[in-house]
Amino acid sequence: MAKLDPKERMKIPRQPMPNQDAVIRSGNFEEVALGYTEETMRKEAERCLQCKKPACVEGCPVGVLIPQFILALREGNMTKAVEAMKVKNNLPAICGRVCPQEVQCEGKCIVGKKGEPVAIGRLERYVGDFELAHRTCPLAAAPATGKKIAVVGTGPAGLTCAVDMAREGHKVTMFESLHGAGGVLVYGIPEFRLPKGVVFGEINYAVDCLGIDIKTDHVVGRSVSLNELLGEYDAVFLGTGAGLPSFMRIPGINLNGVMSANEFLTRVNLMKGYLFPEYSTPVKTGKRVAVVGAGNVAMDAARCSARMQALQAKQTNGDKGEVHIVYRRSKDEIPARGEEVHHAEEEGIIFDLLTNPIEILGDSTGKVVGIRCIRMELGEPDASGRRKPVAIEGSEFEMEMDTVIMALGTSPNPLVFVDADGLERTKYGTAVADTTTGRTRKQRVWAGGDVVTGAATVISAMGAGKRAAADMHKFLKGEAPW
Amino acid sequence: MYKILEKQVLSDVTKLMVIEAPHVAKKAKAGQFIIVKIDEQGERIPLTIADYDSNAGTITIIFQEVGQSTMHLGTLEPGDMLATFAGPLGHPTEIENFGTVVCVGGGVGIAPVYPIARALKQAGNTVISIIGARSKDLLFWEDKMRSVSDEFHVCTDDGSHGRKCLVTDPLKEILEARKGSVAKVWAIGPAIMMKFVTLATKPFNVPTIVSLNTIMIDGTGMCGGCRVLLDEGAKFVCVDGPEFDGHKVDWTSLLSRLQYYREEEHAAIEHWKHHCNLEKAITDGGK
Ligand SMILES: Cc1cc2nc3c(=O)[nH]c(=O)nc-3n(C[C@H](O)[C@H](O)[C@H](O)COP(=O)(O)OP(=O)(O)OC[C@H]3O[C@@H](n4cnc5c(N)ncnc54)[C@H](O)[C@@H]3O)c2cc1C
Ligand SMILES: Cc1cc2nc3c(=O)[nH]c(=O)nc-3n(C[C@H](O)[C@H](O)[C@H](O)COP(=O)(O)OP(=O)(O)OC[C@H]3O[C@@H](n4cnc5c(N)ncnc54)[C@H](O)[C@@H]3O)c2cc1C
Ligand code: SF4
Ligand code: SF4
Ligand code: FES
Repeated sequence: MAKLDPKERMKIPRQPMPNQDAVIRSGNFEEVALGYTEETMRKEAERCLQCKKPACVEGCPVGVLIPQFILALREGNMTKAVEAMKVKNNLPAICGRVCPQEVQCEGKCIVGKKGEPVAIGRLERYVGDFELAHRTCPLAAAPATGKKIAVVGTGPAGLTCAVDMAREGHKVTMFESLHGAGGVLVYGIPEFRLPKGVVFGEINYAVDCLGIDIKTDHVVGRSVSLNELLGEYDAVFLGTGAGLPSFMRIPGINLNGVMSANEFLTRVNLMKGYLFPEYSTPVKTGKRVAVVGAGNVAMDAARCSARMQALQAKQTNGDKGEVHIVYRRSKDEIPARGEEVHHAEEEGIIFDLLTNPIEILGDSTGKVVGIRCIRMELGEPDASGRRKPVAIEGSEFEMEMDTVIMALGTSPNPLVFVDADGLERTKYGTAVADTTTGRTRKQRVWAGGDVVTGAATVISAMGAGKRAAADMHKFLKGEAPW
Repeated sequence: MYKILEKQVLSDVTKLMVIEAPHVAKKAKAGQFIIVKIDEQGERIPLTIADYDSNAGTITIIFQEVGQSTMHLGTLEPGDMLATFAGPLGHPTEIENFGTVVCVGGGVGIAPVYPIARALKQAGNTVISIIGARSKDLLFWEDKMRSVSDEFHVCTDDGSHGRKCLVTDPLKEILEARKGSVAKVWAIGPAIMMKFVTLATKPFNVPTIVSLNTIMIDGTGMCGGCRVLLDEGAKFVCVDGPEFDGHKVDWTSLLSRLQYYREEEHAAIEHWKHHCNLEKAITDGGK
């Protein structure tokens, strides 16, 4: 393309992402967003103004070199684009798909002030997918240092830290309580949003190219404790996430048909319940599902429910049923990624906003038959700055439901704190760690990701893993004593 | 992968296996459990650690074939591999010298109650044991249980061995005869049995520990599927248990939750049997 001036660039429309058709995709688990072609990628890359002081970079939690990688894309220099990306972000194929771009990089992009921002996430995904398809163990590890590192948890925080440390020549062993590596990327986020092949590509790179040893089925705090790990390893990173689900304190919570989003998503994703009975783990999705909450977790649970209903309808020649999102605030406060809300709406999910469940109703056999809700209105802003929902007196009503999925947020699993004296915790159960170095209050122990921040994002967990690795490496070289 | 080293058939539907799993054996204690998943397609199921040898790095499990996963497990032989074997999970049993204790084991529950009875005996308790099953062919480890007990009772529902009664019958007699001197009761077995044991001990106010066998997935506190209602609210059996004060358990809710996947369990068995027969037909045909 000929050189364009900024005005001309601003005139190019944001290139749409080709998606699987909404009707077809709500009946399968294949990826929804199909990815840019080379042509659309080039067009989108032309929209970037190459700002001298790029606001987008400030919006990115890890400061990805956005104008640099986009310029390389524009020039068709993929090697350079990958290099620029990898300076700050090890997992572009993942972040490009799941980052909440509209409140991060794209939210700050200058082009977005007048029209639609540059589709940074989609371009990032293009770079990541290219790299996964062409990777041949490029970045060899530095010569062995003889130091041994233990990384607990194989989510994005742990993986990033492990990969960076292995590249520096340290011998890394990862410990994971589940039977597979990947953390939320594997057991939580569904295939149709983040194909597992993408995650396994990253994990294989860690194992095959960098020689990282992953010990699955090892529950730290039970199979082996943090204190024991410190006896064997020179340094330990904790990236155990925030996997403990919470339930509302309302009557009926133990009825059959009430489950946490974690349980539902684990059955569907990690255990491949959608392939039951080929795979042995059953998933029960009713005809009328209420998902309580409106974060990413809730959207994923709702969209998986719709897909499960479609599969069941196909098998029984029955009707599909309904999936409701029940959320106590209004649309503006929905915390999920914009794209996911949009996709959920397209797929026929019903949004019951300003609605709060107050009781789950059951029949004589202990099975859910409905929920009792109350209507809400928005009052004064609370500590988080969001307007606080207040119940409207006398507005109670009932909805018929046979399944209730709770997607209300999670907290860190306490197991890792067993036999780990000195590892301090906040009253929310999160590990206390320095935000710039990741150092905890316990010597030779670093922590990062959801276990420190509480449930957050993939990119912030990666960023924490990267910062901790940098500090750990300095510590091991003797440049930054404890 | 974890190797099956040994297999014993204890009854038609009860099997014992010794598994090579050093990472579990190193820390295992009585009362804890493991999660096993047979292969890529398998589900994660919890089984109690019936015995362990930390030096040899082995764990003994005993299971009853009640559904697809346990039936499949029962077909495996020494030398076969298990894809997942995670643990030890849950809290160990708290062993002390309490004085006189009663250990009740029903059906496959005899397996997990044995190491507890043994440990209680070693700690100096007077151990009274009651084991029971539907019929004679479901009983096992009678000699082992007797060897760690000061007083020993065997019951079967149909009277094919020992006394024809439910485990709660001798239990009530013991509690009546030794009023005030029984310090604690352990009960492990089918949920319905544990429920009736707690109903039996309640009037005597004897603390009663039960080991709950809820449906689980991860076994690490991540899904909440194993939750049980106690007087003080919901708890997760996998991390807060598996042992609880039986007098606080909401048995109605527990029993109904155990039934939730019944239809699917039948479908899984049918699918698996069909698959097995197909495979058998192919191998037999090839012979
Ligand atoms: C359903 C769902 C959808 C989401 N969608 C998005 C999204 O679209 N965009 C986004 O940015 N973020 C999203 N998130 C949030 C994001 O996934 C998390 O913030 C991120 O994965 C945190 O990474 P982590 O490495 O800290 O922990 P995790 O990914 O939680 O990984 C922790 C790992 O540690 C293991 N572990 C825990 N305890 C132990 C122990 N004691 N011993 C051994 N191993 C242990 C766990 O099994 C797990 O594998 C979503 C989360 C969920 C649940
Ligand atoms: C902490 C813990 C420890 C356990 N230890 C043992 C053990 O040492 N040995 C053992 O055999 N089992 C044990 N169990 C129970 C065991 O996990 C289940 O029997 C197993 O999951 C059944 O899987 P399945 O696929 O074979 O049967 P499913 O298809 O899941 O179940 C088939 C049928 O059996 C019923 N059922 C399920 N569990 C039980 C049960 N425990 N007793 C009676 N009926 C049941 C179901 O309601 C269903 O109708 C334990 C459970 C827990 C939570
Ligand atoms: S990592 Fe996420 S926030 Fe940063 S540039 Fe990429 S998509 Fe944007
Ligand atoms: S703010 Fe927008 S236009 Fe400017 S460099 Fe970043 S992506 Fe390009
Ligand atoms: S089995 Fe998942 S929380 Fe207990």
